[in-house]
Amino acid sequence: MVTSSPLIEATNITQTFDQKTVLSQVSLRIHPKEIVTLIGPNGAGKSTLLKILLGLIPPTSGQVNVKKGLKIGFMPQKIQIDAALPMSVERFLKLGFKPNSQQRTSPNPPLKKRLKNLFFAADNDSTRLKEITKELNLSALLKHPIQQVSGGEMQRILLARALIREPELLVLDEPVQGVDIKGQAELYQYINQIRHKYGCGILMVSHDLHIVMQHTDQVLCLNQHICCSGHPKNVSESPEYQTLFSNLATPSEGIAIYEHHHDHTTCEHTHGQTPVATPSDSKAS
Amino acid sequence: MAWFPEFMTLALIGGLGLALIAAPLGVFVVWQRQSYFGATLAHSALLGVSIGLFLETNLTLTVVVVSLLIAWAIFQLSHYKQLSSDTLLGILAHSSLAFGLIIISLQDSVQIDLMSYLFGDILSINTTDLGFIALIGVLIFLFYRKHWQDLLNITLNPELAHVEGVAVKKVQLQFILLLALMIALSMKIVGVLLVTSLLIIPAAAARRLANTPEKMLWISLILASLSVLIGLWLSYTADLPTGPAIVMVATVFFLLLLTKKAP
Repeated sequence: MVTSSPLIEATNITQTFDQKTVLSQVSLRIHPKEIVTLIGPNGAGKSTLLKILLGLIPPTSGQVNVKKGLKIGFMPQKIQIDAALPMSVERFLKLGFKPNSQQRTSPNPPLKKRLKNLFFAADNDSTRLKEITKELNLSALLKHPIQQVSGGEMQRILLARALIREPELLVLDEPVQGVDIKGQAELYQYINQIRHKYGCGILMVSHDLHIVMQHTDQVLCLNQHICCSGHPKNVSESPEYQTLFSNLATPSEGIAIYEHHHDHTTCEHTHGQTPVATPSDSKAS
Repeated sequence: MAWFPEFMTLALIGGLGLALIAAPLGVFVVWQRQSYFGATLAHSALLGVSIGLFLETNLTLTVVVVSLLIAWAIFQLSHYKQLSSDTLLGILAHSSLAFGLIIISLQDSVQIDLMSYLFGDILSINTTDLGFIALIGVLIFLFYRKHWQDLLNITLNPELAHVEGVAVKKVQLQFILLLALMIALSMKIVGVLLVTSLLIIPAAAARRLANTPEKMLWISLILASLSVLIGLWLSYTADLPTGPAIVMVATVFFLLLLTKKAP
């Protein structure tokens, strides 16, 4: 895993908004089949880092190198769809296919099909769609208007849409938000299967550490800089982790609500300098 | 044909052309909640009229150029985060209207009928206007042919669309410029104050009958065309002002369809 070249590599990312530093010297790498989980308190810069990695905003300084032609599947934190837009769950998922991607398969399609292809995406091979909707238990929802699904269903729909594009890198922003505890465990289980089945790297932003930690390869604790990082086991035994998560319930108590109470000043106090960690660092240790 | 004079033929072609270009833009204005944006562009079109009178240039052309400039300004300002776009649009709408009225008032030699710009004057349509409408119709056709799915994805979530490879800003800018063109050209027919209604009422009415974005587009095309046809007929036979008559018919369609539950 470590020997293969990274899908995405960020080096010394710094971001300031109006002279306020939001991210400072953050570096990370994600390899194929690797799960990297980003945790941190509100205002730690998790969303900003995600946006920089996705190319939505340019960093103030630092570099993001992306594997050439990398296909990214993105699951946004939440999505607001105006009720004025008539759209079924199925159509929403199909909009994730590239427009007209399969149009050129036959050189002379019938006129009706050509007229249809003029405006709308060609009917893509729907086997992948069927497979993913079945795995995520969405088949019964396909004809529903997307505005009427529940929060937990919406999360699964967004995940399905991200997967339909056959991504090499999956970026999930709080994937289990609004999902009940049982559903969370199932969803994480499924995310863990995805990387083996489709061989993609996964970057995930999460609040609740415990369930994630069972599967994740690399935890990055972000609080403007990377406070600590590494394999969950190493991290949980490290003194930095103890300080950072001192008010967590012990993992043996099962699922606990993760709350991150420390603020930036204590974080600074604990570490003095900004540690820059990458997955390969942690693997080497 | 005494019952169907030539000016009505021009009005009919112009009105129908307008309905055909308003509907595809209108559905996205409704889906993206941009109706206030349309209103702002309409107000700024009056600034175009006064500048055109001041410089003694072709009015249609001047209105088109000014609207495009204002649309571009709005697009740039929309990335300015300190004031909400709602506030910014309000400032632009009314400041451009005020400037427009001041420039008009400074020209004592010119007597213009403001009412015809506020509420439309379909009899003033000429073949140049028809040419403009046909041109923008072609532009919209080409744009939608290429970007229909992109526009839908941007409407759903711009960030997701960006990650999926859509050139979000480029498509948004092109859409806004097309909208500005359409509004500039429709001013003669329905007037500054009523332009937005031609965009949003047929689309809003169509929502009741549609369960896919495409169906909503086709139905709003039909409703907009019918509104123009019936509105023109009412205007001609009952001597009603044309713009208001068209909007009234569209509103009747909307109200009738309100009683039907959306699928």
